[in-house]
Amino acid sequence: MTSRSQSRLGRAIALHLFLTPLAVIWLFPLWMMVVFSTMPDNGIFSPGIELLPHDNFVDNFNNLQRDTNFVGAIGISVSVAVTYTFLSVLLTSMAGWALARYQFVGKGAVVAIILGTITLPYSVVLIPQFIMVARDFQLANTWIALIVPPLFNSLGVLFMRQAFSMMPADLFDAARVEGVKEWRIFLFVALPLARPMLAALAIILFLASWNNYLWPLLINSQPGSMTAPVALGTLIGLTKVSWGGIMAGAVMLTVPMLVVFVLLQRHFIAGIAAGAVK
Amino acid sequence: MRHQNATAYRFLTPYLLIFSIFWVWPIISSFLISFQATRTVPWRFAPTFNWGRLIGDPAFYNALKNTLLILVIQVPVMISLAIVMAVLLNSPLLKVRGLYRFAFFAPVVVGEVAYSAVFRLMFNLNFGIINKLLNSVGLPSVDWFSNVTPAMALIMIAVTWRWAGYNAIILLAGLQSIPDDVYEAATLDRVSKVKQFFYITLPLLKPIIVFCAVLSIIGTMQLFTEPFLITERGGPGGGTETLGLLLYRQGFRSLNFGYASAVAYTMAGLAIAITLVQLWLTRDPK
Repeated sequence: MTSRSQSRLGRAIALHLFLTPLAVIWLFPLWMMVVFSTMPDNGIFSPGIELLPHDNFVDNFNNLQRDTNFVGAIGISVSVAVTYTFLSVLLTSMAGWALARYQFVGKGAVVAIILGTITLPYSVVLIPQFIMVARDFQLANTWIALIVPPLFNSLGVLFMRQAFSMMPADLFDAARVEGVKEWRIFLFVALPLARPMLAALAIILFLASWNNYLWPLLINSQPGSMTAPVALGTLIGLTKVSWGGIMAGAVMLTVPMLVVFVLLQRHFIAGIAAGAVK
Repeated sequence: MRHQNATAYRFLTPYLLIFSIFWVWPIISSFLISFQATRTVPWRFAPTFNWGRLIGDPAFYNALKNTLLILVIQVPVMISLAIVMAVLLNSPLLKVRGLYRFAFFAPVVVGEVAYSAVFRLMFNLNFGIINKLLNSVGLPSVDWFSNVTPAMALIMIAVTWRWAGYNAIILLAGLQSIPDDVYEAATLDRVSKVKQFFYITLPLLKPIIVFCAVLSIIGTMQLFTEPFLITERGGPGGGTETLGLLLYRQGFRSLNFGYASAVAYTMAGLAIAITLVQLWLTRDPK
């Protein structure tokens, strides 16, 4: 073996010796979430060290369902996330299309307002949004309250503007010469071409809605209208509550997203990385 | 190019309506509310009512201090860790890359409530796995929830676990856009890997590092769920109370919208200052 390849081998070993413990530490909370979700409560609160799953998941789930209507809350979360994702992708890609492909009065102002306010903290709009939705519109504890206000998110507009402006103009001009209407060009030429970007955007928006906590906590606090994270959050800190049940709920919120992440990793990463290429 | 106002606004209007109602107007409205006394009906204009109270409020300074303390410790640690993760994940020597990527990126999909619950259990004083592991190597248990310093450390550990991989994804995308021949040339010139990292990678990555830092600062500045759920409403005794939590308590527990808006605008002021620093750091040298 040459010294060059020997040093390569040494570096490869050092790399794995460093990265493996770090990866184990990083996976540990997720692993423990699964382990806790399968342990009875008296097992979780016992002095021994337990690192392997047991078989108590179903009982824990039943305890969770007794503490709060978690299945109902999951139903709300799924419906809200699906509707929100669809609407947000539609609205923001329409807006992104307009900003990318047309010249119009006020375009500069719209872009300036979006870019100029994008780094403002969300907390700034929380109180007026709450007053508006709960008091002025009387929409607290409704689906509309969960779905519509978060649609303001401008990430998709910038993302889709970028996607559409990279497409060659000839493509759309050819259709225009044929007399195809603009909305048909958008729907049947531009959107299909933007499929990978739409997938990345949809995944990021779905995840954001699925995990959203603060807004649903404020606006939908009635038991029958809570999303799953809010319902689970109400149990944390109660004295008489099944922690195995809470962990079963945490697993039900997390594992589907992990599966989606593994299956659609490329789109996921594209969606997150796109945040940096504004 | 000719103007296409009608067509453009047909595509733009639906989004613009929502954006104006639920983002642009609330930004203005929140500013106006901060100058009103909101616990009288009707609200009355009282320019110094909330801001005057804010300036003299120990609870505000406590929350501000805690938030800044978390910022200055947690963000640099996390960004450094994210850079290390990204650089090592990008190494051509790495085997089973997918597994390592999964380990570091998986927390990105985990919701705040789910992971807060797990961290609460893991760091439990008597039955938490962390203290059990500390004991098993001869170290004493740490009371993570009743003392301020460990409680703050716990919040920082939790946030770092949740967000380091997210930043690593962004940084990795940045690394992969650095052309290989830069490194090949450096290797031919016998520049060591460590020197390559400090003299090639870091400078080329700087705009993205600054971007990640700004994103993280603005995120951490609004920190709410972790002190709300993990250390139980900012405990012990307000020791982990953040600006986000103060805003929540004032706005939605005491229904004091005016004061909460003043707190919110303090965060906005910090965010604007930080964004300006970012623009200055990443300006084009002319």
